[in-house]
Amino acid sequence: MTAPLHDTNAAETAAVDVAAGVPAKAIEGRSPWRIAWIRLKRDKVALTGGIVVLLLILVAIFAPVIVGLLGHPPNEFHEETIDPLFSTPKEAWGGISSDFLFGVEPGNGRDVFSRVVYGARVSLLVAFLAAVVAVVIGTVLGIVAGYFGGWIDAVVSRVMDLLLAFPQLLFIIALVSVVPNSLWGLSGSGVRMAVLIAVIGFFGWPYVGRIVRGQTLSLREREYVEAARSLGAGRLYILFRELLPNLVAPITVYATLMIPTNVLTEAALSFLGAGVKPPTASWGQMLSKAVSTYEADPMFMIIPGLAIFVTVLAFNLFGDGVRDALDPKGSR
Amino acid sequence: MTTAPTAGGAPTSFLEVRDLRIHFPTDDGLVKSVDGLSFRLEKGRTLGIVGESGSGKSVTSLGIMGLHTVGQYGRRKARISGEIWLDGKELMSADPDEVRRLRGREMAMIFQDPLSAMHPYFTVGAQIVEAYRVHHDVDKKTARTRAVELLDRVGIPQPDRRVDDYPHQFSGGMRQRAMIAMALVNNPELLIADEPTTALDVTVQAQILDLIRDLQKEFGSAVIVITHDLGVVAELADDILVMYGGRCVERGPAEQVFHAPQHPYTWGLLGSMPRIDREQTERLIPVKGSPPSLINVPDGCAFNPRCPYADLPKGGITRTERPELRPVPDAGDGRPHLTACHLPQQDRTRIWNEEIAPKL
Repeated sequence: MTAPLHDTNAAETAAVDVAAGVPAKAIEGRSPWRIAWIRLKRDKVALTGGIVVLLLILVAIFAPVIVGLLGHPPNEFHEETIDPLFSTPKEAWGGISSDFLFGVEPGNGRDVFSRVVYGARVSLLVAFLAAVVAVVIGTVLGIVAGYFGGWIDAVVSRVMDLLLAFPQLLFIIALVSVVPNSLWGLSGSGVRMAVLIAVIGFFGWPYVGRIVRGQTLSLREREYVEAARSLGAGRLYILFRELLPNLVAPITVYATLMIPTNVLTEAALSFLGAGVKPPTASWGQMLSKAVSTYEADPMFMIIPGLAIFVTVLAFNLFGDGVRDALDPKGSR
Repeated sequence: MTTAPTAGGAPTSFLEVRDLRIHFPTDDGLVKSVDGLSFRLEKGRTLGIVGESGSGKSVTSLGIMGLHTVGQYGRRKARISGEIWLDGKELMSADPDEVRRLRGREMAMIFQDPLSAMHPYFTVGAQIVEAYRVHHDVDKKTARTRAVELLDRVGIPQPDRRVDDYPHQFSGGMRQRAMIAMALVNNPELLIADEPTTALDVTVQAQILDLIRDLQKEFGSAVIVITHDLGVVAELADDILVMYGGRCVERGPAEQVFHAPQHPYTWGLLGSMPRIDREQTERLIPVKGSPPSLINVPDGCAFNPRCPYADLPKGGITRTERPELRPVPDAGDGRPHLTACHLPQQDRTRIWNEEIAPKL
């Protein structure tokens, strides 16, 4: 819309605008992402899931601040809150009070709130980075296998079959027990987390790879790919500029749905003692510890259990919403 | 001219195709989509390739562009042989990467369905910009100016605004114009239009054909128009090549092919085309039967099962021996007019003059 040339003409210009009507209300091109965002905003369940996810991420990032304001350092013992005879919290409800928001840990009196907050860091970091690893490997190998076909496809596909048939949980437990204490310049819990990320990510890529490969197989025959070739596009250009944008939606959906699975895997491994090392807090580890005291202090089991539950549920609802929003066949 | 075996060496024509064969091995057998096709084309001229569906027209165009072998690794490849000379370079034996650099810059293609030939994810402008920047080392702004200029040239209204639209926001005709702009952005010397108007309605068809003709005049490119619509070639082409069953059955200057066609299949095509420039006498006469399977092309002349005159030549030669392309005697202005038919010349002239021409 052009600005009026003279102020005196303003009224006249406005009148012309109303008469013409078109420039004032120009039809605006909406990118697929904007349409998806508009749809997502309308889906209340997914939006709630998304907000919870966002809050969890903020909690994980600002864990030290939150704990500083509302709790005690996660590894500080508060034996005065523990009954010396039964080594359970003195107070009812697992010692929940204004001082200890989620109660105290049986035996040593550590602040459960602080440990849940710090546990979110481990859970989310492992889940996110493992998903990133899986998506990167899966996308690259899937797209290459699908596009080039032939022996490349045969090799990649067989490797995927192999990995999908692999007893990954047992393998991870065995692997973690033989990993040295310091590796790749990391030590202690850092090593364990790096191993968890690498291994969960590595066993996750075939799922992404299969989806990407299948999509690529159908996309590479599209006429616009042929048209790009006819204009002299190179191999890499076709892979990453012509094919990849069409794969972003399924990959995004799969990644958001893979994160909760990774949260669960990480919790399970920690529960089994193959996760991060104590005293670093993690939800699975707290659950595992609560097993021996759950009759006397059920709250210590319920709270980390709820943390896992809420996280997984929120990610799943959000992921479903993203899938619906990105589905071009969905109603607008 | 071209039936002679290749003597090797660079030809003088801008584009020369010699004995092109493109076969696809499939589980059902070898599909001989193109089986020994030769032609030449000069700059500034237009060749129309006509034929029914499945006669090998599109396979030929993709073959010239070298697109049958791209991105195929260890897969069962198309078997291609022959020679394609473009501007003194032989493309068949050239390094694939070199051919890739020629695509877009020296030769470009307009596809049949403009909706599926544009990437749905990027704006029209972005796609033209990319096509330009593949071959020109310029910044995005310059390329964008060029894109707007071309969209304007192909008749998109408000090109500076429409350049940021997505393909789905364009109508079919506009998309085809944008497609043409994309193909022309690098000033290719050879433009292949593969059924450029099939997906469009008649009024838009006429506009697109005008556009292609104007642009050819302006840029002086060689154009190959592939179509099953004789009306389109009548509009555009200087020369016509009629394909049947993967081979050329008749080739010659457009006026010759329209006014003194030699091959019974060409007669059939002309007979099945509605004409408004003459009084309509009877119903349109379709070519009987259906196109041959390219896996199992009939022996002898591929057209013999559908040809009403197949029994005229002596000794059932039409069923045993494949006719070669032979020049038609005393054909017009010296440009060669060739046909592959066993019918003796006098019979052919008689049938055309007495039986076919009056009915058209």
